[in-house]
Amino acid sequence: MLWDALTLQLGYNATLVAVGATLLGVSAGVTGTFLFLRKRALVSDAISHATLPGVCLAFMALVALGGDGRNLIGLLAGSAVSAWVGLLCMNWLTRHTRLAEDAAIGAVLSVFFGLGIVLLTMIQTMGVGRQAGLEGFLLGSTAGMLWADALIIAGGGAATLLLVLILRRPMLQVAFDPEYAAARGLPVNRIDLAMMGLVMAVTVVGLKIVGLILIVALLIIPPVTARFWSDRSDHVVLLAGLAGGAAGYLGAALSASAPNLPTGPIIVLVSFGFFALSMLLAPARGVMAAVLRHLRFQRRVHIRQGLLALAQGQKIYEPLTLRLLRRADIVRADGVATEAGKARAAKALRDEKRWEIVRADQAHEATAALYDGLRDIETVLTRDQIAEIDRRIGGPQGVSA
Amino acid sequence: MSGEEFVPLSLTPLLIGTFAAIACALPGNFLVLRKQALIGDAISHVVLPGIVVAFLLTGAISTWPMMLGAAGAAIVAVILIEAIRRLGQIEPGAAMGVVFTTMFAGGVLLLEQTDTSTVHLDVEHALYGNLESLIWLDAVGWSSLLDLEALAGLPPELPRIALTLLGVCLFTVLFWRPLKISTFDEGFARTIGIRTGALGMALVITAAIAAVAAFDAVGSIIVIAMFICPPAAARMMTNRLEAQIGWSVLFATLSAVSGYVLAGYGPLWLGGADAVSAAGMIATMSGLILALSAVFGPCRTRAGAPISS
Repeated sequence: MLWDALTLQLGYNATLVAVGATLLGVSAGVTGTFLFLRKRALVSDAISHATLPGVCLAFMALVALGGDGRNLIGLLAGSAVSAWVGLLCMNWLTRHTRLAEDAAIGAVLSVFFGLGIVLLTMIQTMGVGRQAGLEGFLLGSTAGMLWADALIIAGGGAATLLLVLILRRPMLQVAFDPEYAAARGLPVNRIDLAMMGLVMAVTVVGLKIVGLILIVALLIIPPVTARFWSDRSDHVVLLAGLAGGAAGYLGAALSASAPNLPTGPIIVLVSFGFFALSMLLAPARGVMAAVLRHLRFQRRVHIRQGLLALAQGQKIYEPLTLRLLRRADIVRADGVATEAGKARAAKALRDEKRWEIVRADQAHEATAALYDGLRDIETVLTRDQIAEIDRRIGGPQGVSA
Repeated sequence: MSGEEFVPLSLTPLLIGTFAAIACALPGNFLVLRKQALIGDAISHVVLPGIVVAFLLTGAISTWPMMLGAAGAAIVAVILIEAIRRLGQIEPGAAMGVVFTTMFAGGVLLLEQTDTSTVHLDVEHALYGNLESLIWLDAVGWSSLLDLEALAGLPPELPRIALTLLGVCLFTVLFWRPLKISTFDEGFARTIGIRTGALGMALVITAAIAAVAAFDAVGSIIVIAMFICPPAAARMMTNRLEAQIGWSVLFATLSAVSGYVLAGYGPLWLGGADAVSAAGMIATMSGLILALSAVFGPCRTRAGAPISS
């Protein structure tokens, strides 16, 4: 059943939903990356909640004009207008009052959503029998998706991607260093607004599939996931698109494969699954990598301390140090150093003495700053410099009787 | 309007709405000043999975398990946000966004998977509550306020939210000095021996308790609005924390009362037949108050100095 869903064999509606969700995931992931890099991820929350009053007002206007209240283009246009108004309110609050951005986000999202709910209850009492579809915008409803709806989603997603492609360089500059971008003469405020406008476009396009509460997840989770895998912004953008698209496709397929699996939440949960895997397994920034790095560091510290203790003829009691030394063939099972071990211990002690000279010498100040007890001195000084230091230490001298 | 009509139908929802608004606005003041305003948003989203899980475990709609479930979910969310922020080195806003959307999605999924058609538990209810239905049927007029028998028939939400409000007030009064100091200068607070980490956690937990209690009565939309809008509006009115708290309580009360009245009677005045959502109206009114104070408030600009025209 799942296989059928993955290969788009489950019928017309399921196929439409899967294609739409994939496109939506790609454009949301790509667009959200800029927002995430700008450290304004939660702005998307305000934008998405601010669409609700627009949807309701558009519905009321359409009905008042005698049209079909559920015309998707009309509703989406309404939602875009009210999201834009919310965006401008939020921008105004942060720029012209003392409120921080988080308070402005919260204020806009709760007030617009509250107003939307007032309008929603008004529609319910208007006596127009066909309002049932509007609640679908809260959590998304894919059951009745039409070919025209899918076309709108595909068109909107493609247009957003095109705009991102055109604007990606200025947006990245603003995201990484707004002051520098302003000094270069870029209109930072307008680029910020353009970024938000793109996010708004994705939100509006995604209302039908995942609903306004969960579209935030598609804008935030894929970029965060992608960030684990790369430090290059263009790679992060592509990976985020990939993660979003995969989550959309898999989620839509999963939800079509069994009853009672709503599309929006499943897509979000699949997306979170990717995030959790990335956080655990990513090579440089992942949790596993960090644990391994920590273990390797611990091993090096223990071996070095063990070597120094051996060189100075001290007894080692620490069990982990003993185990590590034995595994590296530095000591035998009875705790006595092997020949190789003795040599390494002598070298360690000598290096320590060399470092001591380096750290006491003003001329080596920059090198001395690199001292952390684990760095091999050969990696920071040339052979000549080491020979010079050795000359200062001198060889072993006889003790006069 | 006469007491016979007002007391049973409007007094209790008004009181519950007002108490909930104040209980959220009080910790909201500190959250806004600490730039943690969106914690309220996150908490109100994760309440849904908490309630659904509590329902699945107990199999019944009863208040206490649900409150516990919601509070547990709020605490799990705060811990998860902190863990993701630290382990993944992600900025707090994005970490919050990852956690609350995922938990909310989980809640919706669980809700769809279980058979809740026989009980009153759905997403819409969670979002906008049903303030209007919290009526006091046993009351016959103002005299009922002194009638013990009628008082026993009060909707249970009222004493619960009153108790929560009392608890929030107590927390604010007891920890006033450390809260104030650590909000404005965390480094200084630490040097004089205040445990800022524990205090911050206590503040978030207080906010979560207020959110859960208010949520139970009025839905999550009011909770977010009341955490942020009255304190933000009060911030524009004054530079003193004491005065700010006073203003925020006033604004919270004002928006609760005016929102309820407008929702109940506004459509009638305009010639409509039915009331609109009180929760949504209260949030809208608080936004209106915020807008007015953002345009006219004496301390609205960033420098903090009153504007000399």
